[in-house]
Amino acid sequence: MKVIMSGNEATARGAWEGGARFASAYPGTPSTEILENMPQYGEDVYSEWAPNEKVATEAAIGASIAGVRSFCAMKHVGMNVAADPIFTFAYTGVTGGFVMVVADDPGQHSSQNEQDNRNTAKSARLLMLEPSDSQESKDFMKKAFALSERFDMPVLFHVTTRTCHSKGLVELGEREEAAVPDYEPKIRKYVTAPANAKVLRATLEDRIAAAKAFSNDCEFNRAEMHDTKIGVITSGISYQYARETFEENASYLKLGLTFPMPDDLIRDFCSKVDKVYIVEEMDPYIEEHVKMLGIECTGKDVIPKFDELNTDIVRKAFLGVEPETYTTDMKTVVRPPALCAGCPHRGLFYALSKRKGIMITGDIGCYTLGMAAPLNALHSCICMGASISQGHGASIALKDAGKDTKVVSVIGDSTFFHTGVNSLMDAVYNSGHNLSIILDNRITGMTGHQQNPGTGFTLMGKEAPEVDIPALCKAIGVKEENIITVNPNHLDEVNSALDKLLPKDEPCVLITRWPCVLKKFSQQDIDEFPTLHKTQCVIDQDKCKNCKMCVKTGCPALINTKEKVVIDKTSCNGCTVCKQVCPFKAIEEVTR
Amino acid sequence: MSEVKNILLVGVGGQGTILASKILTSGLIKAGYDVKMSEIHGMSQRGGSVSTQVRYGDKVYSPIVGKGSADVIVAFEEMEALRWLDHLKIGGKMVINDYRIQPVPVNLGAAEYPEGIIDHLKEKCEVLSFKAAEVATELGNPKAMNIVLLGALVKAMGLDEIDWDAEIEANVKARFIDLNKKAFHAGYSL
Repeated sequence: MKVIMSGNEATARGAWEGGARFASAYPGTPSTEILENMPQYGEDVYSEWAPNEKVATEAAIGASIAGVRSFCAMKHVGMNVAADPIFTFAYTGVTGGFVMVVADDPGQHSSQNEQDNRNTAKSARLLMLEPSDSQESKDFMKKAFALSERFDMPVLFHVTTRTCHSKGLVELGEREEAAVPDYEPKIRKYVTAPANAKVLRATLEDRIAAAKAFSNDCEFNRAEMHDTKIGVITSGISYQYARETFEENASYLKLGLTFPMPDDLIRDFCSKVDKVYIVEEMDPYIEEHVKMLGIECTGKDVIPKFDELNTDIVRKAFLGVEPETYTTDMKTVVRPPALCAGCPHRGLFYALSKRKGIMITGDIGCYTLGMAAPLNALHSCICMGASISQGHGASIALKDAGKDTKVVSVIGDSTFFHTGVNSLMDAVYNSGHNLSIILDNRITGMTGHQQNPGTGFTLMGKEAPEVDIPALCKAIGVKEENIITVNPNHLDEVNSALDKLLPKDEPCVLITRWPCVLKKFSQQDIDEFPTLHKTQCVIDQDKCKNCKMCVKTGCPALINTKEKVVIDKTSCNGCTVCKQVCPFKAIEEVTR
Repeated sequence: MSEVKNILLVGVGGQGTILASKILTSGLIKAGYDVKMSEIHGMSQRGGSVSTQVRYGDKVYSPIVGKGSADVIVAFEEMEALRWLDHLKIGGKMVINDYRIQPVPVNLGAAEYPEGIIDHLKEKCEVLSFKAAEVATELGNPKAMNIVLLGALVKAMGLDEIDWDAEIEANVKARFIDLNKKAFHAGYSL
């Protein structure tokens, strides 16, 4: 039976068909839907959200050492967080087949950088598979576990935004159960004390050599011979663009197993074609290897070194052809993403935007949008969990330099659990004095509402203990009087907490606790936040002086024209921040 | 081998392009086509521009609709039609919802929403424009505007051999089936 599936749905299906029994991940676009699609296989595959990618990887490694087929999944930057365990797990090899799904984001649709993790597979020495569509995502994932066991190597399953989020038809298969052996300690294999690790480093080369021999004659790598004037070497989604560009006017070496690289197969293919083109996104990973084999080829000298490819770009690069299009002189206006109407972060960022002489460090989440006009209230975003540690460093450095700039660090609940908690430990341990603001919107918001250790539920829908954030901060060493929890929709509460905490010369924590407006509310949310979605705001046009103060909250429910401002009834969620900033009391709260 | 057909559904996050494209692809698959569909999630959901790209034929490789190649562009919002004009095939058709969503820079007074977009586009290419929200409101729920637009798209692509009522029944919640069938046929007969 064929069904339409996104690459992520297909990868999840492939894991189930391949006999996986354990899965762990931290959400991150474009990888999130892989684990979101696992609970449907709940009887067969236990799956969970971990607090971060390193923890997810270590949990899956533990399952593999225990003899169970397991996988973890993450976006490309999550690979950096998980690098520590995976670089050493490459040495030990696996017991149960192990797959690390890494989703790169060429073109930075939803990411702070564009890194090509094919380099990581080479650097860590992991078997690497690269599917080019949904069918291959399912098929390759299914086979990845046995492949991992056969060569005693972890697999890096390399996907990209377009393979993850495109849908295509998939022929489904059956699940293959893998027997779980009785546990036996393998100390020389898994305890990487130097004496053992040195031996493992040497045997890893033998395992790579065996995999290399396999790569030259395996189902993942195939030559498609048509016209031989041009030979295209490609992998992943780039194959689709190349195939559409050259059609049957070229031959293709379509690579699906790209570490280790199939040297003999490449040499053989290149000897049969007149000239060699390399079509790949981001770094010249294949190209550099082909050149190292002494084969002349054309690649990154004509196609871009960054951003996504597509058929138009490949056609223009190699054939010099551009499509005929309609043109216009009329200009469009950009639509930058904005905090939603009723977003609980708006009140906090509005209050921060009014404070002078502060530095605001941030990191990754919906709250990164606090940077945008008209709020402009977030000054840095480098990586997940960085906000408190950066704020700590900045506050110490500024004070030492004799500056009186106060530092505020904003971080989401999920991001605090991810790696921010270590940063707070640093700030407290080292007598820091930045104000850490934990934006607890009761869910992991940006990636589309995943449960986390603070929400009370697991990925599989079970009730779970909740992290008590104030108690955790206190246990780390923040003084009780320096921890305040507020409703961020109430500007007076936020301002009075800021007035109290900002002047202090010691670590302080402000927690803003209100659910994301797009969240599916739990019974606990409804009990704790009884006014949620119960009211809306309307502007009394008789009282309104059209001063536009409300517009400066940046709320998208406020529709501003020259003549007047109106509140869109279908968008307003009743946070009342606009009502509170109106100097003429022209905004009323009404029952919805 | 038959030519690959390309459809673009463009709009603003939250306008219901996803359900419309789900019904569309489901129908195309039943008709025996190879289908690929691409959409970008993430930051774009927070009020940004969104696009769903649908390609079908005997065999489809790339999931992306290139410039100058869309047979039909369905714009759920006026300015999004203008934004994607360069993706329309010469001789292709635009179905435009006569509906505006003001972007943040316009709201803040930093930019002006371009006036006269639909008339401007009519000078360049074949355009069918109508107020889909009003059509849907008359049928009982403005949210069904996405299915009104789907009806107009199906007509524009000549996809008459597919049982669209059955696809709506299979993809829509029971209590919305009648509304959406009516919306589809209203859009189809525009």
